[in-house]
Amino acid sequence: MNVTVLDRNPEAGRQAENIDKRFTGFIDCDVHPFVRQSSEEFDPFLSERWREHRRTIGGRARQGLAKATNYPRMSPGNGQRMDAWPASGGFPGSDLPTMQAQLLDLFDVAYGLLAPLVGGAAAERNVEFGAAMAVATNEWQLARWCIPDPRLKASVQVNIEHEAAAIAEIEKRATDRRFAQVNIPPRGLEPLGRQRYWPILRACAEADFPVSLHLGGTNGHPSTGGGWPSFYHEEHPSYVQTMQTLVTSLVCEGVFEAIPNLKIVLVEGGFAWLPALAWRLDKHWKRLRAEVPHLRKAPSEYIREHIWVTTQPIEEPERPRDMLSTLEWIGVDRVMFSTDYPHWDQDDPRYAFKVPLPEEWRQKIYVDNARALYHLD
Amino acid sequence: MSRHVVAAVGEIAPGTCKLVTVKGREIGVFNVNNEFFALINRCPHQGAPLCRGEILSRLVSKSPGQYELTHRGEMLRCPWHCWEFDIRTGQSWCEPDSVQARTYAVEIEPGSELAKGPFAAETVPVAIEQDYVVITV
Amino acid sequence: MEPVNPSSMQAIDCDIHPAVPSTRALLPYLDEYWREHILRRGLEADNLELSAFPVNADLNSRPDWRPARGIPGSDFDLLRSQVLEPFQSRFAICNVLHGAQAMFSEDLSAALCRAINRWVAAEWLDRDPRLRASIVVPPHSADLAAEEIDRCASDPRFVQVLMLELTELPLGRRQNWPIYAAAERHGLPVGIHAGSSFRHPPSGLGWPSFYLEDYVSFAPGFGAVLNSLVTEGVFVKFPKLKVVLIESGVTWLPAYLWRIDKTWRGVRAETPWVDRLPSEIIREHVRLTIQPFDEPPEQSQVQTLIEQIGSDEMLLFSTDYPHWHFDGIEAMPNGLPPDLIKKILIDNPLATYPRLS
Repeated sequence: MNVTVLDRNPEAGRQAENIDKRFTGFIDCDVHPFVRQSSEEFDPFLSERWREHRRTIGGRARQGLAKATNYPRMSPGNGQRMDAWPASGGFPGSDLPTMQAQLLDLFDVAYGLLAPLVGGAAAERNVEFGAAMAVATNEWQLARWCIPDPRLKASVQVNIEHEAAAIAEIEKRATDRRFAQVNIPPRGLEPLGRQRYWPILRACAEADFPVSLHLGGTNGHPSTGGGWPSFYHEEHPSYVQTMQTLVTSLVCEGVFEAIPNLKIVLVEGGFAWLPALAWRLDKHWKRLRAEVPHLRKAPSEYIREHIWVTTQPIEEPERPRDMLSTLEWIGVDRVMFSTDYPHWDQDDPRYAFKVPLPEEWRQKIYVDNARALYHLD
Repeated sequence: MSRHVVAAVGEIAPGTCKLVTVKGREIGVFNVNNEFFALINRCPHQGAPLCRGEILSRLVSKSPGQYELTHRGEMLRCPWHCWEFDIRTGQSWCEPDSVQARTYAVEIEPGSELAKGPFAAETVPVAIEQDYVVITV
Repeated sequence: MEPVNPSSMQAIDCDIHPAVPSTRALLPYLDEYWREHILRRGLEADNLELSAFPVNADLNSRPDWRPARGIPGSDFDLLRSQVLEPFQSRFAICNVLHGAQAMFSEDLSAALCRAINRWVAAEWLDRDPRLRASIVVPPHSADLAAEEIDRCASDPRFVQVLMLELTELPLGRRQNWPIYAAAERHGLPVGIHAGSSFRHPPSGLGWPSFYLEDYVSFAPGFGAVLNSLVTEGVFVKFPKLKVVLIESGVTWLPAYLWRIDKTWRGVRAETPWVDRLPSEIIREHVRLTIQPFDEPPEQSQVQTLIEQIGSDEMLLFSTDYPHWHFDGIEAMPNGLPPDLIKKILIDNPLATYPRLS
């Protein structure tokens, strides 16, 4: 019997001065800001026409329920840390002082990259409204988060079904260093590698924005190739399977040949699956390379050069040391720490890795890789 | 090891928890159907404030599509990753043999006994006519 | 470690693909009405092959196994000389991949499946005592599938039920349970073969451009299949059931198990009948054929992965004839420990398929 009984002082663990310095000062590649009560909060950033639309029709995604997800999460607020509800009211992630106390100040976070899964811009069926909501979400990130706390970096939200508006928004934010990347929903209408999306991806590369693909969203396709699963218990890991086909699409379509300076960041998909995917791609590319003559090298080489992963929700191998070989097989310079605050499955920087990392690896994963990728400072 | 008076019995209603700090440790004292248990306020998984989680029943199933609540109010669900723990033993529901939250011995003592000492009652004034929750830390 | 020659051990080949040469070949095996139905609609002129396996792609037809004419895998003499003889197989299990499993009409699908099972018994099993077969069933019609299982089960040379990985509903859904009940009743494992009837795009991302993408995505697709079988409680309801993932790839499995276990620890209250670690359930009930293995570049990585799979009972030998995953007779990945090799070649197939012994 191998009983884990921990007897450290929990209260001390929630005070900044008592935290092991190895786990402070990191860059958090996945922080979720939220609205206090409703998307009314975006109204100041919308035109009268779209304010009216938001109020009367509202957001319309490709799913049966108007607002709630078809796969209810296990905790209120669509799956939030139960202790992250602000004392002042509103949703978790909606109150900067709470976010500072639980994340930014507690761990003396150097930078937090915002992933605004709010406003519905990405999955909106009315693409004009989606484009307007994307602009509003970007203004909202600055006003509510980045200006009050400059450690927070915004992600340019776009609706990829509105190419012109998406490119205009990317170009508009290109020189604004408060934006660190472009956030594209990984479940678009078609796999992201398809040529119809290349102008948007090219605009990201030209603006020197990495592209963040944060899992989630609804595109109307069943979340598995075999149809809609019944349970959140299936939907949650199915996001990881979607990430694998996303990488497959980007590689096989030749995106990285066409746009050689494109950098892709996979967010909230975990990462332990990536080595086996690369081996499988290489193996079957050898047999089918005549179908994809635009690929000039093995798929694994494109992955190694162009793809970064964030850690949460971190895999917990049965033998903890297997985490080290997984990191090595991916490449330690391509892995970046993320918490996913304030979601229920967020990771604590101190305990996410169940095996001690070599100091040099820790420095890269928690700080250096993201600092270099996003040109921070 | 020392014994600490952490609450009067009537102070913690059935189905609730009082958070106390003893020797610098934050501990949740639970009243489960008038039995008292104490758990460290720290999840063995990723260090979450465990005792701020939901108090639940034990959910079991004999067969797909069947849902049965047993052991009313005897489980605690971590406020982060929703791991469930048995309040009586600290054992994880999913992996009772390998994952356990720290527990502390709890006794109910009449004030008249406590008056004889030795014990530590840092914040709880003791009256002879009442019963008290005493934990050993 | 040197590559192992499976022929030295008279292995059991758990995945070969005899192919229906044309729908005309099925006509004698169709019920009278359906024979006429097919002729009146001109279907005999088409092979009804699945789009999931373009027959002339190199991946699906090893160059030295390709016949001078006709569909790879459709010639009995070639199959015997190309796979049964070189590998000295003790048994080889015929898995017929066919568009019968993609038809929208449940009745037409069932009629074609019935004809295929009669055809495989008469034209293959009767011709070589080493051959065994899977029962091809209409995957979108559980009651008719169960009927076909009951019909074929009296022939002990049928050792398994054959499903497609991606169909209309995730395979664990309760609508499919008559299939599992019938399989369990007859002691037949359910073989789930890579591929799709394409009721939906091959992943939640929509339709990709290339066959390479489809094929690679069948591995994550199997992850979704296991999610469904476990969470719906198929193995709780049918505790004696074994499932064999065929042509699924192998090396994706450890990372998949870590993920599903992690999800279960937090989400298990949604499906409380899943009352132990999914990895434990999967190790007990699920088997995988060895080709393609999707091996890593280093042998030491193979050894690590085998340790991570955490069971020496899960892998079953297969050549996947005539699909092209290896050359010569090097059908076993390098770097496997000798004890495990024997289990993969013989012991595990015998334990998985009770009808083989």
